[in-house]
Amino acid sequence: MQEVVLAMLAKEPSHGYELRARLRNALGPLGEAMNDGQIYVVLGRLEKSGLVATERIETLSDRSDRKVYELTAAGQQRVTDWLTEVSWPKPDLAEFHLKLVATAAARLADPLVIVDAQRRELLLRLRDAQRAAMSEPDRSDAALLLEGIVLRLQADLRWLEACERNWAGRKGRS
Amino acid sequence: MSDATDVPVLRTRGLRLEYGRGAGLVRAVDGVDLEVATGQTVAVMGPSGCGKSTLLHLLGGLDKPSHGEVWLAGSRLDQMTEKGLARLRRTAIGFVFQAFHLMEELTATENVELPALLAGRSPRAARERAAKLLEQVGLTDRGTHLPSALSGGQRQRVAIARALSNDPLVVLADEPTGNLDSEATLDVLRLFQTLRAAGQTLVIVTHDSRIAATADRLISMRDGAFVDETRLTGGTTARLSDLASFAGLDG
Repeated sequence: MQEVVLAMLAKEPSHGYELRARLRNALGPLGEAMNDGQIYVVLGRLEKSGLVATERIETLSDRSDRKVYELTAAGQQRVTDWLTEVSWPKPDLAEFHLKLVATAAARLADPLVIVDAQRRELLLRLRDAQRAAMSEPDRSDAALLLEGIVLRLQADLRWLEACERNWAGRKGRS
Repeated sequence: MSDATDVPVLRTRGLRLEYGRGAGLVRAVDGVDLEVATGQTVAVMGPSGCGKSTLLHLLGGLDKPSHGEVWLAGSRLDQMTEKGLARLRRTAIGFVFQAFHLMEELTATENVELPALLAGRSPRAARERAAKLLEQVGLTDRGTHLPSALSGGQRQRVAIARALSNDPLVVLADEPTGNLDSEATLDVLRLFQTLRAAGQTLVIVTHDSRIAATADRLISMRDGAFVDETRLTGGTTARLSDLASFAGLDG
């Protein structure tokens, strides 16, 4: 989140609440889960690390919502570095996979029951993501994010199908 | 719609379809008990070869079960004559297939009005009904087109309009988005949502989790039998915080 806030400040020096509004707009319904004060926590950390500086519009008040935040040279550099980093999603496939392997080995439970439970959970998420996506206006930034979630969930469900085939096949052979 | 969901319009008991014999005996459908309430959308998912398409054929009277019962409203399909079944399929059941199965030499309008004509409606009534249905699926301006002049998504929407021609008790769809790209899939999905809101009973057999997620109930099938069910209606609490953390928005 720190880099995101820095990158948003690259457009222009801003109040915290302006940044929050831009985040909300880009995230749509998912942004509603964000805590209102979170942006100020992040900004506070960035200020401490010397990546943003503040100027107070009215010297009368010390309230954080009066401050205008801007990037320092170091902050600018951090944004540049961040843009060239490739971040890779970290779905926790290994844990689930090992759960199935260990369950089957120790005969703790039927791996297919675990697959079924996981599928139910993913489908409920897919339903929610899809409902949220379908109630967004076409081509909004937030709809694009929700589409990403839908596609990721579909990929996870496809992998579950492969798990199901595999473990059902082993059961058939044993 | 939820107040009408107690009446099962489609029901099976101990449904089984076997072929082969001895060691080669295959139970394509193996003891399925299903109740679909009026206005419900039920999705059936499962790996290829799990028997889900065969089940749909049994539900629609396209195949006869080896054992068990299929009831549609008050009629018992598994004991009907071929002639009776044919009439029931024409009037009470709408079919949607993966490969659309439109008549290539007929226009979109003609394809949609055909079932109404076969059911004995007047040409004028059939034409009016077709126009209304094409409007419902968003293809009013494509009525005079031949299927070959339509995109895959448009063809499937024509096929869905045709399935609705005689106000069927139930629409049975077999991989309706199997041949469609993601944008066309979304169109079909929106259309199914509209039908669901209008109280149409739907049974969809699919590989597509996106379609399945729009159903009221999702049944998982394996080796010819139902093994799991997920209820997707209710729970109106949008679990947005879950989705937010899935999207990487943890605090």
